[in-house]
Parts: sequence; structure tokens; C-alpha cells
Amino acid sequence: MYKYDNYDQAIVDARVAEFRDQVKRRLAGEITEDQFKPLRLMNGLYLQLHAYMLRVAIPYGTMDSRQMRMLAHIARKYDRDYGHFTTRQNIQYNWIKLEECPDLLEELATVEMHAIQTSGNCIRNISSDQYAGAAADEVADPRPWAELLRQWSTFHPEFSYLPRKFKIAVIASPEDRAAMRLHDIGLELVKQDGVLGARVFVGGGMGRTPMIAPEINPFVKADDLLSYIEACLRVYNRYGRRDNIYKARIKILVHEIGADTYRAQVEEEFKHVKTLGIDPPLAELERISAFFAPPAFDSSDVEPDRSDPDFAVWLDQNVKPHKQAGYAIVNISLKPIGGIPGDASSAQINVMADLAEQYSFDELRVTHAQNIVLPHVAKRDLYAVWLALREAELADANLDLISDIIACPGLDYCSLANARSIPVAQKIATRFADLDRQRDLGELKLKISGCINACGHHHAGHIGILGVDRKGVENYQLTFGGSGAEDVSIGKIIGPGFDEDGVVDAVEKATEVYKNLREGDERFLDTYRRVGLDPFKEAIYG
Amino acid sequence: MVEYRYRDDEISEQPSVTLDAFLDQSNATAVRLEPDDDARALIPFLDRLALIEIAFPKYRDGRGYSSARILREAGYTGELRAQGDVLVDQIAFMRRCGFDSFAPEGSLNPDAVERALSTYDQFYQKAADAAVPVWKLRHG
Amino acid sequence: MKLLTGNELGSGAVTWWTGSGWSIHVEDSVDVGEGGEAILHAEEGARRVNAPYIIDAIGTPEGPRPAHIKDRVRALGPTVRPDLTLKPADPAAGEWVI
Repeated sequence: MYKYDNYDQAIVDARVAEFRDQVKRRLAGEITEDQFKPLRLMNGLYLQLHAYMLRVAIPYGTMDSRQMRMLAHIARKYDRDYGHFTTRQNIQYNWIKLEECPDLLEELATVEMHAIQTSGNCIRNISSDQYAGAAADEVADPRPWAELLRQWSTFHPEFSYLPRKFKIAVIASPEDRAAMRLHDIGLELVKQDGVLGARVFVGGGMGRTPMIAPEINPFVKADDLLSYIEACLRVYNRYGRRDNIYKARIKILVHEIGADTYRAQVEEEFKHVKTLGIDPPLAELERISAFFAPPAFDSSDVEPDRSDPDFAVWLDQNVKPHKQAGYAIVNISLKPIGGIPGDASSAQINVMADLAEQYSFDELRVTHAQNIVLPHVAKRDLYAVWLALREAELADANLDLISDIIACPGLDYCSLANARSIPVAQKIATRFADLDRQRDLGELKLKISGCINACGHHHAGHIGILGVDRKGVENYQLTFGGSGAEDVSIGKIIGPGFDEDGVVDAVEKATEVYKNLREGDERFLDTYRRVGLDPFKEAIYG
Repeated sequence: MVEYRYRDDEISEQPSVTLDAFLDQSNATAVRLEPDDDARALIPFLDRLALIEIAFPKYRDGRGYSSARILREAGYTGELRAQGDVLVDQIAFMRRCGFDSFAPEGSLNPDAVERALSTYDQFYQKAADAAVPVWKLRHG
Repeated sequence: MKLLTGNELGSGAVTWWTGSGWSIHVEDSVDVGEGGEAILHAEEGARRVNAPYIIDAIGTPEGPRPAHIKDRVRALGPTVRPDLTLKPADPAAGEWVI
């Protein structure tokens, strides 16, 4: 994975010093909260329900054990001994003190980590495929391109006061494991006549008005990429709406002027930007790519011993094929039944760090489904890994099953929320605790958001739940038929909302309808798409 | 009031006119652009202009950063001033976009301005200033 | 009744106006009536509170109970982690929020 050189380190160190000074001025009253707020947001520091919340960046979800151990250390020293992994591959700490934040950031900088641009109306963490470098279906590792974009977007002087936040995702396979089409800009690396380039999609997003990004350019070469993206951003910065924060994302602009007009404006700006010489030489992408060379795999190819039935179940559910013979991709579930989706204690974080170091060439990934991946585990080591995970209560064999719920922190933590999301997730997981029952239901991606901002990605859930405030009381709407994969679709509300227990019952009824109507090896999503909403509505509302 | 100016030449005493007034036949040498004005409308007239003032009615509205870069990219060498809700923590970004003078509404602490401009000496991107981006330092 | 609430600037802890100062316990808060805005501005200006605002609450035998669930969550802590709340040993605390 990428390692900082002196330049990268200097930039992060300067940011630590700058923020230390800004905090000092805020505490001394030299700047007001209104003036300080955009500055602290650009450094990922929110004021939430209980305290300050800090969102630490995990660039394209990739870390080594040293960095993971630092996250555990931060949780112990500055927070309450746990962290929350997010739907953008970052980590959040909920109990941070402003006066301690400068020291926290200084410690993070010692392991090449930061909280730069994890909030604010600027370009956020570039996300990517959690199986990058390990999946057989990728045309190339997407992360060097993500790193190129990370550097280009960091402290970009023209794009730090955009109409709204800006999220970019990069994948490199036909299977979309990063919800790429639901980003402001999504890139899919493809090959054309043997040359690697990017298909560029602009104008996707969730939130209040979910939209799927249309393709704006079928192929942009590596040495044109930054000029092209710069053109995309400049058109947005100049013409994105600034009159209404709920209409300020680029998806609204692309939708309102139309993809063709947006494309034409970008092409014109690109022609101009290309004359400025802002693209690094290909040597820079090559330099970065060298950090992502495959690890030194050995040639062993030992199938694991399946005689332990619990291990076999976990193997079948959570372990995915690796492009290298003899290796496998391990998914670590952070969704124990009755637990808090995406949360991990500092002890658990350290266990995962140790496993990465010992068994995964010192690398881990965070997924947008709030789980962790060990990307390069030799099959002969899988049983040892599973034993260690089980001891740390990290071995739930529920990847992509109904209890593998994506849930935002909701009203238990977030000042934007209208309803609590975590208790709903807990009740659903508990209702479906029986693993055989879950496996029988198969792939069922259930996502819960505590408000319309959709940080739980409910629009992209096969089953989505949206918490709303109905005359001061928490209420939950159900949506069906969303998908964040390459068969991207936006879920539809099925009818009137429910209270907390009501929505759990409704979900259960929906799964019964699915079991009655499914054909072949259809997933819930497939059956819904085939039979439509009516059979479900009838069962749920009578 | 122009508080910070990073040019050696004489400051223009001309009052700025609006873009509409300028385009409507004016001999003015100073123009003021609002956030929704198209900076490119000035491109045919850049060598006539000594001062272009770009308004920042609200610091969150970042359109002026694009306007500034566009003008510098078009070859404008006159004074480029940021006026309005300009906070000290924006000055460094504004300099990189080509601004060389500042007329903030509120008064800025000169030490804070000095610190803001000297905090970073490495930059990832090529912009409208003279800074050499990191990728160029890496590869020459 | 009206309560004045906010966060401590340095620590971020949720605080409640007691009439003479700030407390992290909502039981200590007082009804600011119609005079809340003036206190709010004075306290914010002196940096004794950050991001303050005024909320509705109902008086109860246990003390003021914020009208909106969001402020009750702020008053106690996350309902899903009783151990992290101000009343980790009180099983009825979660009920009070909901």
C-alpha cells in the first residue's frame, strides 16, 4: 500500500500545526463558532449529540496493522474505548474533546493518518473496492488511481468551498462492490485496446433525492484524468445550486441541465484545462502503482479442514475466492447479533491488526458495509484466523445475510437524525438470529438510515428502512428493491410507516412472502423485481 | 478597505464598475464581479484592466475561486482582489487561485495572515500561483 | 418550561443552565422562562457554553424532562450503550429517554 514520502508527510504535519493554531484561537475566543465551524468540519470534527465527533480518513479503506493499532490507541486514550466504521470506509469517534483534538491528530500523523476533508463542502474520502488487489475480476488495482485523486483533491484551492460535499468512488471490475454509481463521481477502470482508462459517471447520490449517475465519458486516459475531473468540478463549482442546501449536490445540477449539456460543458472546460499542464506525468501513477504490487504470495495451495462445522459455515459465508491460488479473502463481520453495526472495541481492533500483520501481508480494508476485510489470507491459515476471530467475537458468519445490516448511528448519536436506527437493527438481527434461517433467506442487504440524509444507504437496500419524525414520535418507512451493486436501483417506499416493533414485523412478513414466491435460486431482490410490490403489500398491510 | 496587497505597483484609484456596466461600453479600468458573473466575459478586455475585484458576499460561496483562476489562466496580470466575507483561513487558498489583494469586511489579525501564508510549503496541485506541485518535484 | 442547553466548548460535553452556571445533569436545569435569549448570548459570548439553544421541557417529579427525544438522548447518553450514559446503573434511565 501507499507510503508517504517527505512531501506527503510535510503536508499532513502542516495541517496538524494549522489546526492546533485554529483550535487555540477558538478556545481563546479570537474566532467565533460560526467562523470556526467550516474549519473544524474540513478537519472532520463535528459537534454531535453527546460531544465532538471526529471522523478519521481511511483512504480507499486501506490500512496496515500499525495504523489499525493507532486507531485502537486513539479509542483508548481519547475516546471511550471503541470506534465506529462508516459507510465511506472511514472511522468515527464519538466522545472527542476539542481541546485534545490537536494532540490526537498529531499522533495520527505519525502513522500517516489524518482527518482531512472528511467533512465540509469539499472533496471527501475517495472510496474503492474492498477486494482491490485480490479480486479476480478486476482489470487493474483501482487504488493507485484513488491515491492520485486523493493527492489532487487534498487542499485543492479552487474546490474547498463547493456548493456541497463531494464523494468519489473508484472501482475496476464489472461487479460494483463500492456503490460506485451512487457517488457524485464514479470511476470504473476499463481497458480499451490494451490501454487502461476510466469510464466516468457523474451525478449519483443518495440523500433526499437519490439518483444514479449517468455516464459522462466512456473512456478517459490516465494522463488526462486529473484535467478531466478538474473540469467536472469546475463546472459544478461555478453552476451548482447554492440557493438551497437540499438541492446543492452535483446530481441536481446534472439532472436539471441534463447529462448531455453537463457533458458538453465539461468537454469545453477540459479542452481549456488540458492546456494548463496540471496532469502529472504517467511516471507519477507508475510510482504510486509500485506500492500496490502484489504481495509475495507463496505457492502453497492447501484446502482448509472443514471438519469443524462452525468453521465450515463461516468459510462458506464469509470467505471469498482470491485471484491467487491458495489464498482467500476473509470478511470480518462487525454485525454480531444484538450488537451495534460497525462498532469495534479497541481490543477487537487490536486483534484485527494482529491478524492482518500475521496472516494478511499486513493489510486490512474497511468496507462501505461497515465490515473489515483481510484481503490476502493463505487458505492453510484460515482455521487459525477463524479461531482468533471467534475468541474476539468477530466470527459471525453473516456476510450479506439479513443480519449483516448497514445502519447509521441514528438518533442515539447524530444531531441530524429523526429516529434511532441502531435499536431497529438490533431487533431485526435478534428476530433472525437463527443462522440456518438466515442462510435459507440468502443474500438480503438490509440498510437503515435514521434520517433523510441516508448515511445508512437505505435507498440502496434490498430492504431499506428510513426513520422519520412523525409528530414528535419515531416512525419507520420501508423501501424495497434498492441495490448499490452493478444492478443499481433505488428502493421504493412500500406504504405507510410503522413504529419500531411494527417495522420488524413487517420485515419478517416480507421474508415470508419471499420464501413462498421464490423460484430457483432467486434472491429476495430478484423475487421482488419479478413479482412486484403487491404480494408484499398485501401481506404487510392486509 | 484593502488590507493586504501582494503587488509592487501603484494601487488603482479607479472605482470598480459592475460587469454589466463595463460590457455596456465603459472606459473603466476596474471591474467588480459578483459570484454569479461569468469571468470569461472579461477575457477580450484583460489588457485594459488594472483591477478586477471579486465579491465574496458569503465566505461559503466559493465561486470566486474559479473566477480568479479563470482570469489568471486567460493571462490577466493586473490586480485581482477578494472583497467581502474573507476570513484569514481562506487567504492561502485565495492566493493559490491568483488573488493578490484582499479587502475583508472584518479586520484580520496580521500575525494570523502571516501564519496562514507560511503554514504550507508543499502543494499537491498546480494552480494559479507559482508553487511547483509535489508531483513535479518528484519527477522533474 | 424552557431550558437553556448547549455544549462545553473545550470538552464538548452536553450542559444545562442551572440559573447560576452550567451542569452536565439535566436535573439541575432551571426554567429560563422568557429571559433565555439574553442569558444565551451572554454565556456564549463569554465562552462558558458553545452552540447554545433553548428547548421546551416538562416539569416532572424527577426533574425537567426535555420535550423532544433528541434532547433526552443528549441529556442521558446513547440508549444502546447504557454503560456510556450518565446513569449506567439505572435500568429505568432508558425508559425516561424513550
